[in-house]
Amino acid sequence: MKVTEKDVAYVADLANLELGEAERTRMVRDLNSILGYIDNLNELDTANVPPMAQVSDRFGVDQAKQGSERFAYARREDIHEGLRKSLPREQALANAPESDGTFFKVPKVIER
Amino acid sequence: MDLNSLSIASARAAVQERKTSAVALAEAFYAKIASDDPKIGAYLTLSQERALAKAAEMDALVARGEKLPALGGIPVGIKDVLVTQGVKTTAGSKILSNYIPPYDCTAVARMEAAGAVVLGKLNCDEFAMGSSNENSAYKPVHNPRDLSRVPGGSSGGSAAAVAANTAIATLGTDTGGSIRQPASFCGVVGLKPTYGRVSRYGLIAFASSLDNIGPFGKTVQDVATVLGVIAGRDPMDSTSAEVPVPDYVAEIEKPVKGMKIGVAKEYLGEGLDAEVRSAVMAAIEKLAKLGCEIVEVSLPHTKYAIPTYYIVATAEASSNLARFDGVRYGHRAQGVRSLSEMYRRSREQGFGAEVKRRIMLGTYALSAGYYDAYYLKAQKVRTLLTRDFEEAFGKVDAIVAPTCPTPAFKLGDKVDDPLAMYLADIYTVTANLAGIPGVSIPCGETKEKLPIGLQIFGKHFAEATILRVANAYEKGA
Repeated sequence: MKVTEKDVAYVADLANLELGEAERTRMVRDLNSILGYIDNLNELDTANVPPMAQVSDRFGVDQAKQGSERFAYARREDIHEGLRKSLPREQALANAPESDGTFFKVPKVIER
Repeated sequence: MDLNSLSIASARAAVQERKTSAVALAEAFYAKIASDDPKIGAYLTLSQERALAKAAEMDALVARGEKLPALGGIPVGIKDVLVTQGVKTTAGSKILSNYIPPYDCTAVARMEAAGAVVLGKLNCDEFAMGSSNENSAYKPVHNPRDLSRVPGGSSGGSAAAVAANTAIATLGTDTGGSIRQPASFCGVVGLKPTYGRVSRYGLIAFASSLDNIGPFGKTVQDVATVLGVIAGRDPMDSTSAEVPVPDYVAEIEKPVKGMKIGVAKEYLGEGLDAEVRSAVMAAIEKLAKLGCEIVEVSLPHTKYAIPTYYIVATAEASSNLARFDGVRYGHRAQGVRSLSEMYRRSREQGFGAEVKRRIMLGTYALSAGYYDAYYLKAQKVRTLLTRDFEEAFGKVDAIVAPTCPTPAFKLGDKVDDPLAMYLADIYTVTANLAGIPGVSIPCGETKEKLPIGLQIFGKHFAEATILRVANAYEKGA
């Protein structure tokens, strides 16, 4: 067992998830099963392999150019009004569970 | 004329030549949805008002003697992870059960600008996480070819609607096979374009470096038509590439004689269903008869694709789904006393089991002490998987493989075993990790009449090439 109930509680805390007791037990089982399979990656020696976070720098760009110059096409001039106008306040707040018409409202942040 | 079974070209011609009208066409599809969708479950929300207004606009064009645009009057459905202004968009999740987006996804806006009539929003696995559509918070989708079986996922509704003739074409998303796998299970054509080919603006993000929007259709030509509409640079998505968009519909008619088609043994090994294997082998023979040269290639790191994918995808998901906090949109837990408690309880109540599992796995893989062992390791293996393809494509124009190791399985078969469910994606996740395009086309049926899919991979931005092979196969099959 790699992942313990304590680990699950810690990670749930990091992820802002509240798990019930049954969910925690199931999560321990599932994560161990999946991570056991993921451990197959350790068969590979990757000491000299560069990591790859995304694919956009491998194609669709001028490979002769270096660094950010490869993505020159994605740059644009500053537009003071923004690329698109900001949403009107009422639209931006329309989906909010709670607002006062100007701001999003949330429960008290600071306890005293 | 059975309006529901028309292709894009024939439906558009029928509207243009006034054999029917766009409004009549839309109404025929709504009637079909009303009669057939209750047993399939492909649609979550219908957008009649918006659809009929667009259809009337297309009819007015015809009445003025003008030429219809590429998708003029074509009834389409949209996966519910793509936002639609004023039309509820849930991502298949309870956490967004009341979300009315204030803007349109670029791909949807481009479809409508080309005359498409958006019938409604299609069911999917919650946040596109799943391979069977059983993770939808609303209802499962049943495979139109056999109602006891899953349609595949996560774009199960998008595939099922095309298979059931409740839309002519649909949009789905593919992060690890979520277009190709359901296309295979439902017996339709589904394309995952090159990463960067179609703007992701307005796609509710799951894993940003792997997510793609792509079309489903009954024919390769229909898929090529939709791709031509949605592809191309969009200033709202900085990862959308500045690569010219060819005329796909013309390109797919070019001959395939002399093309080099790769076959990789790693996709034909252990775990592959015997009937799927023989259908794929027969398809390869067919391509040889059409004049393609079949070349053996090797993609040696294929067996590491699933573990790599489930680290990269869940790590990105854990970050992307942090935005669902009950503040700006979505579900908020009631009766809480602090902000922190509100976050936790809202997410606990709003997310389903698979979404929580992936957030947990991704958070674990990124957490202090495990980052190097899991996330960094997976990123390095991603490089190896990508190099496999780069090397193979030095020798061939396209690579063919099965889309899935098995035909559609029964509802309930894999719900209790997440790892078994993940393995359903074994032949599809590689294309997402490498960013290459892949299409799934029907290549026969099992004895039980379940569809089998043939997958064709191409080089980056070589959609025209793989669709050309697919079209030649479809016409010659």
